[in-house]
Parts: sequence; structure tokens; C-alpha cells
Amino acid sequence: MENGIIERNAADIARDVNAGKLSAAEVIEATLGQVDAVDSRVGAYLTVVHDLARERAAAVDARVRAGERLPLAGVPIAVKDNMCLTGTRTTCASKILERWTAPYTATAVARMLEAGCVPVGKTNLDEFAMGSSCENSALGVTRNPYDLSRVPGGSSGGSAAAVAAREAAIGLGSDTGGSIREPGAFCNLVGFKPTYGRVSRYGLIAFASSLDQIGPLTRTVEDAALAYDAMGGYDPMDATSIDRPLEPTAQALRADLHGLRVGIVREFGTKELGADLDAAYVRAYHDLEALGAQLVEVSLPTADYGLATYYLIAPAECSSNLSRFDGVRYGLRVEGDDVQSMYEKTRAAGFGPEVKRRILIGTHALSTGYYDAYYVRAQKARTLIARDFEKAFAGCDLIACPAASSAAFSFNAKSDPYSMYMMDYYTIPMSLAGLPALSVPCGWVTPPGGVEPMPLGLQLCAPLFAESLLLGAAHAFERATMHAQKHAPLTARTRA
Amino acid sequence: MSSDKIDVRYVAKLARIALTDDEVDRFGAQLGDLLAHVNALAELDTNAVPATAQVVESRNVERADSVRPCLDREVVLAQAPQRQGGFFRVPRIIAE
Repeated sequence: MENGIIERNAADIARDVNAGKLSAAEVIEATLGQVDAVDSRVGAYLTVVHDLARERAAAVDARVRAGERLPLAGVPIAVKDNMCLTGTRTTCASKILERWTAPYTATAVARMLEAGCVPVGKTNLDEFAMGSSCENSALGVTRNPYDLSRVPGGSSGGSAAAVAAREAAIGLGSDTGGSIREPGAFCNLVGFKPTYGRVSRYGLIAFASSLDQIGPLTRTVEDAALAYDAMGGYDPMDATSIDRPLEPTAQALRADLHGLRVGIVREFGTKELGADLDAAYVRAYHDLEALGAQLVEVSLPTADYGLATYYLIAPAECSSNLSRFDGVRYGLRVEGDDVQSMYEKTRAAGFGPEVKRRILIGTHALSTGYYDAYYVRAQKARTLIARDFEKAFAGCDLIACPAASSAAFSFNAKSDPYSMYMMDYYTIPMSLAGLPALSVPCGWVTPPGGVEPMPLGLQLCAPLFAESLLLGAAHAFERATMHAQKHAPLTARTRA
Repeated sequence: MSSDKIDVRYVAKLARIALTDDEVDRFGAQLGDLLAHVNALAELDTNAVPATAQVVESRNVERADSVRPCLDREVVLAQAPQRQGGFFRVPRIIAE
């Protein structure tokens, strides 16, 4: 019975808990059992909230017994550890926040709990969400449930690994340049980044404020839609939150793609990704066509400048946002002779190498004499990239391309920072333009030197606010291809 | 555009991060590589292009100037590395 419960998707759990066929208490016990069984190998969680989980599950069961119907009744969720949850350690996988307890709850998390979700724990990430493999975590190693010698992706790798290993049904992630979509692709999940401003950032510890966006990692598109419908929408606590009505996406799931034009990006050739990936993406595009979509070629001439643009804008914003970690109000403090030396020693001891690199590059880009040459020029390039998408969407309804430059790679394979940044080549342009985009499983490859087949993700991207269209189309693709079902995670196979 | 050199010691001072000599060398080389990549932006003609700070419409958000509950002072100060009464305590800033 236990194994049956943990395999179930959020939609199924909520339906049965609402119908009284299953209790939130049973679901959370089965989930905590799976965490005990596999997380010593997977390492998805930094903190497991056993007591809070049981308390919240009992509260959900009481609400259901009282006659309430909750869209996500009893659904266990994994929360990336850069989102606040009252009374719970919230670390950003950084030594500087290792012992910090959140005094309030992020809006997105609060809305999921209100919708009936039960928190399992807080998941690992690249420190302050800066990275694409979780290897930049200062607090733990997370492994890919489909091959434990490979990374889960990042920065939302802990939430992705948790959902892939059946240690939660929904994972909350945050995506600044691909941090939901890439781990989604690496862990055989749907990873969905909504339009910038659609999900409140209140209580999400800021990395790059003009790019950060919360979204779900799930095993089906339907679950992603349910999660988005629960957590999206205007929040007065986030000044960049968008005040316009949210149409329920879970009702917009489609069976086919008839009448849709899907843009294939001329500049995003897949041949250079190798024969296996090229074949998988060519087949995925063909599958879209077989579902009734009309494939059209579109051009994003400045998308190639996305990485350069992003690695000025995101570090500039991060250098400003992370200035708050100074040893005064919260987190680590290392004493010094004077206040200046206290700041410098605290930040030297508290931040890891990637965070330091990004603060330094951002500080440089914003400093006198370089501001116009770097930061302002990057903001102008951002305008050009957004205009490219506007022009492309004049000729198509959706854009399809790879979600990452490879399948999940081995630990320590990307020791040069820039080679790691290249993983997000296909996801960064959408982030700069604020567009909704997701990764949906589209095939399997056995990477050179690997023994296990590893999943690949197809990225679909829609115009601003067209989440219904995006999720609807992804659902049709998922149902027609069923790629996610073709292989089970190791954590399921090694368990009797 | 600008050169690929970055004065890591100066920037680290601005960023309030103490670096070891080894970090100065390593970060200097890595950030020089990154700057060489981002310098590709010089190829774009951006003279007549406005800068984008925020992609979606942004407007000033106001609220009524009324008293609302906020975080409890004790809860917040309990997380302080050092406190004194109702205050955060920091090293002396002004010389005696």
C-alpha cells in the first residue's frame, strides 16, 4: 500500500483525500517512510519537518471531514530551501544562513498549504540558487534518482530529486535563468516557470529580483497546472506581483495541438548537442506535428547573447541583494577589529566560491566607470532579446527547443564556471524576456560513459501570460508520448 | 567595451568580502574569462535601444498609511548574532 501511495500524482491524491478514500495522514506517513528509505542516498532534503507535516496532515483531514474540498488535499510538497516557512530553518544552502529560522511564510508556500498541501521538508539547492547542478550547495550533496553518480540539476535540484524519488508529489522551485526547467529535464519531471510576476516572490530569498520566479516541479503537467492555480495570482506583499486575473489552467489541458503554430528556433540547432540528443529533439518536434501542430521556423537573432546579458544582470542584482548578509541582523557573524572587518570576515566565511564570484562580477559591473559599459549595455541587450521573442510570437503560438544543453552530467564534470553556465543556454533568453516556459520529458539517452538511460526535456515557451496555452499544449505532448513512464528511478527499482 | 582585467582586490573591498591571495588569483582568472565572454555584447548596436530593468509593466504600489501587524520584535531579535535590549549590537563605529 505504501508504495502505491508514493507513486501517486497530486491530482489523484487530492481526489481521493477529498472523497474520504484516503487520508492526508496516510499519505504523509507513506511519504516520510520513503524519505527514511531513500534520502540517505538521494540527499534531496536539508531539513525534514516530521512534526509540522503530521500536524498539517491532521489539519487537512479535519478540514475535509468538516466538508471542505481542497484542490491539493493531502498532497505532500517539497519546498526549496530559499523559501520561508515559519519556524523552520531556511538556509539557501549557505553557511551564512545555516542556523536561521524563518519568522514568516512565503506567500507561494502559504497558498499551497491553504490549498491542502502538507510540507515534507526543505530541499537542497545551489547556494542562493546560483548554479545548475546543486554542487554549489554548502550543506549537502543531492544525487540524481535516475543515476546516483550524476547531478540532479540546479539550482532547484533538491526539489526535483525529491519529486523524482517519490519523496514528495510536488516540489516548489525558483527559476532565475533555468533553475526549475533544467533540473526538471534532468530528473524526468515537468518543470514550470510562470510569467515573471505571476507568482509572488514574498518570502523567496532574493537572488536576482527582476528574474526570480517561483514554480512547480511535478511528475505530470496536470499537477503543474494544479500547483500553479493554487499559488499564482496577485499579492500586495510583492511590488512586482501582477494584478490581473488568473484563469484556471487545470481546465485548459488539451488533447491535441490542432490549430497551433509551434516555432522552431533557427539559431537553436540541435546537431551540435550530439547525435543522440539531436535525434531526440527532431523526434520531439515531429511528435508535436503529429499532434496537429504546424511547425514554423522562427528566428531569435540576439538569443545567442543571452548568457552574456544574464551574467551581467543577474550578478549585478545579486551583489545588491546579498549585501544584506553582513552579520548584523541575522545569520553568521565573524567578529573583527572593527565593523568593516566584521563585514569582510563574515562574508568571506559565509559565502561559497560561486556566490563570491557572482557578487564580485556584479559589483564590478555596477562600479564607477563600468556601469554604462556593462550593466546598462546588458539591460539594452535584454530589450533586444525580448523584442526578438515578440517578433517570433507574431508568427507562432508557442516556441519549442531543448531545455538544457545535455542530459544530467556526472559530479565534478563542469569545473570551469563558464561550462556550467552553458547548461542554461536555452533557458536564459526566456527568463530575460519574462516569458512562461516549461520543460516536459521528451526522451532518453545513455550519456557517453554512463550505464543508465537519462531523461531529456523539451522546452516549450509561450507569450507573456499564456500559461493556459502552454500547459495545455504540454499536456497533449505528455499524454501522446508518455516518455516519463519509460524508466523508473533507481530508488524505486532497488526497493523491494 | 571594457578590458577583460578586473581589479579583484578593489572590487572585493567594495563588496566587503575578505579574499585570500589564492582567491584573488583564482577569481581574477575566472572573472577575466567571464568578462571576455560578456564583452561579446559590444557587437550589438544598442545606441537607440532603451534599457529594460523590468519586463512586465511596473507601477508604483501604494497602500493606506494605517497600522498593520508586523513581525514580533522578540522573534526577530532572537536571530540576531548579538543584541542589546531591543537593539542589534555591532562593533563600535565611531572612535572614542
